[in-house]
Amino acid sequence: MEPGDQIPELKVTPDKYLPYRYAGASGDFNPIHIDPEFAKAVGLPGNILHGLYDMALVARANVQAAGGDLRKLKRLSVQFRGMGFPEQEITVSGTVKEVRDGRAIIDTVAEQGGNKIIKNAEAELEL
Amino acid sequence: MNESLKGKSYPPVDYEVGREKIREYANAIGATAPENHDRDAAREKGYRDVVAPPMFAVVYSWMAMAAGVLDPEVGINFARMLHAGQEFVWGEPVCSGDTITTTTTLADLYERGGMEFYVFESVSVNQDGQETARGTWTNLVRTG
Repeated sequence: MEPGDQIPELKVTPDKYLPYRYAGASGDFNPIHIDPEFAKAVGLPGNILHGLYDMALVARANVQAAGGDLRKLKRLSVQFRGMGFPEQEITVSGTVKEVRDGRAIIDTVAEQGGNKIIKNAEAELEL
Repeated sequence: MNESLKGKSYPPVDYEVGREKIREYANAIGATAPENHDRDAAREKGYRDVVAPPMFAVVYSWMAMAAGVLDPEVGINFARMLHAGQEFVWGEPVCSGDTITTTTTLADLYERGGMEFYVFESVSVNQDGQETARGTWTNLVRTG
């Protein structure tokens, strides 16, 4: 892994009911994620994906970049910005920023329909 | 905003990690690696049992976090709260059968640009005292 290298892209299209399964799995039943009518009533276009689900996809892309060994993912820091929606493809991509002391720092971004839903994500992988 | 609350800690919360809960979470996020689902596959890769994907940290630390987010003394307006940023630093992997104990601290709180920021830190350890994850949760509340 060298600075400037791209990590393999991860593309995922969460289906319409994914937010319900993620709510059950995580315990986060905030209605903005699972109730389209409630979401619209508070000014959103529709129910939005859980930010921590989006972050889990960023983590998956980095574990994949580390050869699939989850023990290699040592740190992940993200900022939540745009909103993600079900039934639209999400692309996670990343670039190696630096390599030192047996660790690689990966700048990662998650985009959906041209919007960055997670940006300034930084992952640290053990090499 | 009561800045004297900086450093407030909450009682530790235990979470017992179950194999089916790991599978349910792994399925929800699309983690298909056999070690996240199958005990024998996990053991072949050196884990004690079915191993949780790293972001499972949100599952075992959420109840400990909620104590701070919902603390009336802190007074976060939950309806106006947004999750602005998240960091995890991972240590020992978490496997089915583990008991994870998480302690939360209100690490910082400040106002900036018409918004209140509340930064919580969670520290999670397993039954052997090994740290599994350290989380930094940044929440903002729009006050304007």
